[in-house]
Amino acid sequence: MTATGIGASVRRKEDHRFITGQGRYTDDINRPGQAHAYFLRSPHAHAMIRSIDAKAAAAMPGVLGIFTGDDLAADKVGGLICGWMIHNKDGSPMRAGAHPALAQGKVRYVGDHVCVIVAETLAQARDASEAILVDYEVLPAVVDTASAAGAKTVVHAEAPDNTVFNWHLGNKDETEAAFRAAKHVTRLDIVNNRLVPNPMEPRAAVGDYDDGEGIFTLYTTSQNPHVARLVLSAFIGIAPENKLRVVAPDVGGGFGSKIFIYAEETVCVWVAKKVGRPVKWNSDRTEAFLSDAHGRDHVTHAELATDADGKITALRVKTTANLGAYLSTFSSSVPTYLYAPLLSGSYDIPAIYAEVDAVYTNTAPVDAYRGAGRPEATFVVERLVEVAARELGKDPAKFRMQNYIKTFPHQTPVIMMYDAGNYGAALKKALEIIDYKGIGKRKRESARNGKLRGIGFSSYIEACGIAPSAAVGSLGAGVGLWESAEVRVNPVGTVEVLTGSHSHGQGHETTFAQLVSGKLGIPIENVSIIHGDTDKVQMGMGTYGSRSGAVGMSAIFKAVDKVIAKGKKVAAYVLEADEADIDFADGHFSVKGTDRKLDFGSCALQAYIAHKFNGQDLEPGLKEGAFYDPTNFTFPAGVHICEVEIDPQTGVTKIERWAAVDDFGNVINPMIVEGQVHGGIAQGVGQALLEGAKYNSDGQLVTASFMDYCMPRADDLPSFEVGMTVTACPSNPLGIKGCGEAGAIAAPPAVINAITDALGHEDIAMPATPQAVWRAAQKSIARMAAE
Amino acid sequence: MYAFTYHRPGSARQAAGLLAKKEDAKILAGGHTLLPTMKQRLASPAALVDLGGCGDLKGIVRKGRTLHVGAMSTHAEVAASSIVQEAIPGLAYLASHIGDPHVRHRGTIGGSVANNDPAADYPAACLALGATIVTNKRKIEADDFFTGLYETALEEGEIITKVVFPVVSKAGYAKFRNPASRYALVGVFVAKRGSEIRVAVTGAGEGGVFRWPEAEAALKARFAPKSLDGLKASAEGINADMHADADYRAHLIGVMAKQAVAQATGK
Amino acid sequence: MASVSMTVNGKPVTGTIDPRTLLVQFLRENLRLTGTHVGCDTSQCGACVVHIDGKAAKACTVLAVSLEGASITTIEGLADEGGLHPMQEAFREHHGLQCGFCTPGMIMSAVDIVNRRGHQLDEKTIREDLDGNICRCTGYHNIVKAVAAGAEAMAGQAMDKKEPPRQAAE
Repeated sequence: MTATGIGASVRRKEDHRFITGQGRYTDDINRPGQAHAYFLRSPHAHAMIRSIDAKAAAAMPGVLGIFTGDDLAADKVGGLICGWMIHNKDGSPMRAGAHPALAQGKVRYVGDHVCVIVAETLAQARDASEAILVDYEVLPAVVDTASAAGAKTVVHAEAPDNTVFNWHLGNKDETEAAFRAAKHVTRLDIVNNRLVPNPMEPRAAVGDYDDGEGIFTLYTTSQNPHVARLVLSAFIGIAPENKLRVVAPDVGGGFGSKIFIYAEETVCVWVAKKVGRPVKWNSDRTEAFLSDAHGRDHVTHAELATDADGKITALRVKTTANLGAYLSTFSSSVPTYLYAPLLSGSYDIPAIYAEVDAVYTNTAPVDAYRGAGRPEATFVVERLVEVAARELGKDPAKFRMQNYIKTFPHQTPVIMMYDAGNYGAALKKALEIIDYKGIGKRKRESARNGKLRGIGFSSYIEACGIAPSAAVGSLGAGVGLWESAEVRVNPVGTVEVLTGSHSHGQGHETTFAQLVSGKLGIPIENVSIIHGDTDKVQMGMGTYGSRSGAVGMSAIFKAVDKVIAKGKKVAAYVLEADEADIDFADGHFSVKGTDRKLDFGSCALQAYIAHKFNGQDLEPGLKEGAFYDPTNFTFPAGVHICEVEIDPQTGVTKIERWAAVDDFGNVINPMIVEGQVHGGIAQGVGQALLEGAKYNSDGQLVTASFMDYCMPRADDLPSFEVGMTVTACPSNPLGIKGCGEAGAIAAPPAVINAITDALGHEDIAMPATPQAVWRAAQKSIARMAAE
Repeated sequence: MYAFTYHRPGSARQAAGLLAKKEDAKILAGGHTLLPTMKQRLASPAALVDLGGCGDLKGIVRKGRTLHVGAMSTHAEVAASSIVQEAIPGLAYLASHIGDPHVRHRGTIGGSVANNDPAADYPAACLALGATIVTNKRKIEADDFFTGLYETALEEGEIITKVVFPVVSKAGYAKFRNPASRYALVGVFVAKRGSEIRVAVTGAGEGGVFRWPEAEAALKARFAPKSLDGLKASAEGINADMHADADYRAHLIGVMAKQAVAQATGK
Repeated sequence: MASVSMTVNGKPVTGTIDPRTLLVQFLRENLRLTGTHVGCDTSQCGACVVHIDGKAAKACTVLAVSLEGASITTIEGLADEGGLHPMQEAFREHHGLQCGFCTPGMIMSAVDIVNRRGHQLDEKTIREDLDGNICRCTGYHNIVKAVAAGAEAMAGQAMDKKEPPRQAAE
């Protein structure tokens, strides 16, 4: 391993601009003549719009234009789409209502887009918004996930019982038979709380239209600018792809919420042409709470069957998933194919059956948020397994070990073919880190101080590196999930790598450069990573689902191999040898068995001057592209153990220790991977202890700012003890699995299992706030007193 | 924000003149409540009179058995003041736990007291310590000053110039923070001045800061945490929201009171 | 409109501004110093933290017009020309940032912690004093390490020359 090669904790190349305030985020971009957009949003969760009177507002100072859904329709601008078709149990397609970027006759959640005001300044646009008279006929709202199906209030006429789909996966008959034969059945009712992603950079967009060229440009906070262009072009109809450029510059975190093609970005680029000015929109935090796609929001009944030996024999779940008022870009895939296929966890479970009903409600759309479906599945499995162990009087670590999948490949009853793993090794290592043997003593010490201590496990698995195109296509995806790369070698041997992946915190500029510099044997400084601009980078699919390493880097790997192959041809001419005799190692092409060699930079120069070969036999230049489509999902797995201490007086849960042992396959940059783990755990702890989006019965979001929605802060969290185990992933050339979502997937059940261990009962829901824990602790104390 | 005119007088007297002259004028002290409210367009003063230039509203001095804190003293200044730390360490402690470090650099005691946010910290200290709120017109006892949610005895155009605290023998503060906003979900300030015990509770009351007579009586027998064993505040008149219902808040009042007494007595 | 003059990163600046202009808007829009970010509208996230007369403050909650004569330091002016401040270097070295959006505010807050509490900072102190800064990426683990290391490194350097000594009263 070299200081900058694969496996080295290279300090990030991108950091200099961020630590010196020179990052370039969308809101830092200002176009000449730029105007500002403000969206008038619905104050009602559900209402018919009888009329919009914007006459007085249009005459206010600075106002350039006010546009409504009627204007969108007149311009034939299409609605926002959901790109993943789910079929009902009976084979019929899901029922999707229209999703106009600006409301057309009806608003369906608080924050829904009524119209847009474009003015010289944001203050003027906002002033004008207050002069617009909207005549609403307020309708009752349907808010609650569990009772939305069949409610009197109907969100979309297309789905008259508010059910988008009722879907299932697995083998119902085998599962039911296994439950009938079970020695013991563990049952849980689980609410997976609704979350707001809250990347620190709010969404933003600058739309620009070049009248001379007829070209639109959209600068936007996107995790996948090419997908945005595809949707804006092919489905929404803003402009053909060759007349639409989408740029996603530095993006301040995404966590899924910036995958989607939203109303505001769509309107910004459309309206730029209408007003003949660049138009900027920058979300404030309140708007972000109201209109960014939320995450999770499941209500589940789950059951686990075990036999007389404590072997898990079957699992079944019935889940209702709230998709909000409209189907966001990938929303339908999250509670289905990103959820149920993970219900086998790390366990050998012969029979699994999952039913998922997805419902419309008068709340913000729900879509992928860090982990997307997999945290929900992991929470179900790991809570069930923990509670089953407790009910059976078994040690939760031993119970897991007993039921782990131990041979690979392993076909689960729910689609997935796990390719490699060693779950027992991770568990052993995590038990050592946390000092599991000493937990009894630590519990007694806490008890002496009037505190309750508990320990909780989460042995997660996830499927990421999303994903083989053929596989997702067969499951309903509207796109393929390969990735592209282009490696351009300059005549002096420096390299530009153009990737379809997009970095918004993941450190691609460093890890991708590590890969290329390592493979080509050139200094890391000589490698630049270019991403996020559809004018520069060929079609790509973007960053989500922990896919940039396993898929994006594999594409780069392939392209670099092609560069080396071409370089060998060039070197053969220059070194006057047979191509078959050319080796490439340590940045040099050499002739086998001789000391004749050519360094990579010289080879590049020769490729471009083409003096030593004629351009008919060998094309000049050194530039190669590749598209990589994986053969399987990747399956990172690991064990997280959380130890908490509860103050029963206040209900405060303090996380005392956290051991995380993850198997991400081969690791390019351990520093960055560990950082991803830390961040994921923090979001998972947030879900378990702090965060929860709440609507009241009128559909008002009562957690619409950081004043009420509790974001994890530094003093809510401990330092984490992170370890790794490695089983290389056989499905991609780098053997890597993906690490971005693992922490968020693993953490919630670890926390809740620790809290319930401390409490001695299972009666606590997420988020386990101090109030909830205090109340639950009173129950524990009363029980203990009674015993 | 809506548009306003901005004025920066050099003294409290000038400020009072401006307030009298300007229609719908508001005082800007630290701005850490007013400006966020204006940003959300929930307040629309026509004029702002910024007290930041009023040198006569600054400074912390001890005069015998009283501590005089200028209205424009920031929370950070009160927290770091050796005079406060020596005279009433519990007050310095309270100031050091208001908001976050950045807020403490800008927020002022005068602004906090005048705003009387039901979840603010200073009102508890004022009420428990029996402070006197001094304005450009008069002196108002803390008992008469805090009149309800965001309501005080201040009249239109009246400016707090300083807060005068009696130096008590023992004082302590404990707060349970709202996990999201980090304002006081419940804050309890206890003070012992001679034989007089005062316990003031912020964050919890439907009508803002209030005294807890039962705890005062219990502590009068002996000023020790143990004296509060088994004592629970009534949930009557206690705030309820998604973070804490009245029962939980009432319970926390007892827990925080004990912690405050422990701090005051160095236990 | 109102006129205001202040020193920003050691340079005198003057602006004619609407009184409702917040310091963060003045920095970002008038001076094009876009390193100071806005991450919320309730004065909580700390992405906008700058130093006003040597003390950390939220630039989203201060009127620019109220800063006549003040000295402001932003992330762009923290280091000496061409170099890195030890705290910036510590954030890089310890991977104390991912997306980078909260980072300028974090670094400015971290320097302020050192100014107030000295160079030997334990984990608890750092975590408590980062109360006013929210990061969604890092889980704070590496930020805490970076602040501790940066604080020690600052001991070996002269105090930030561009910032005047702390004033006793404001």
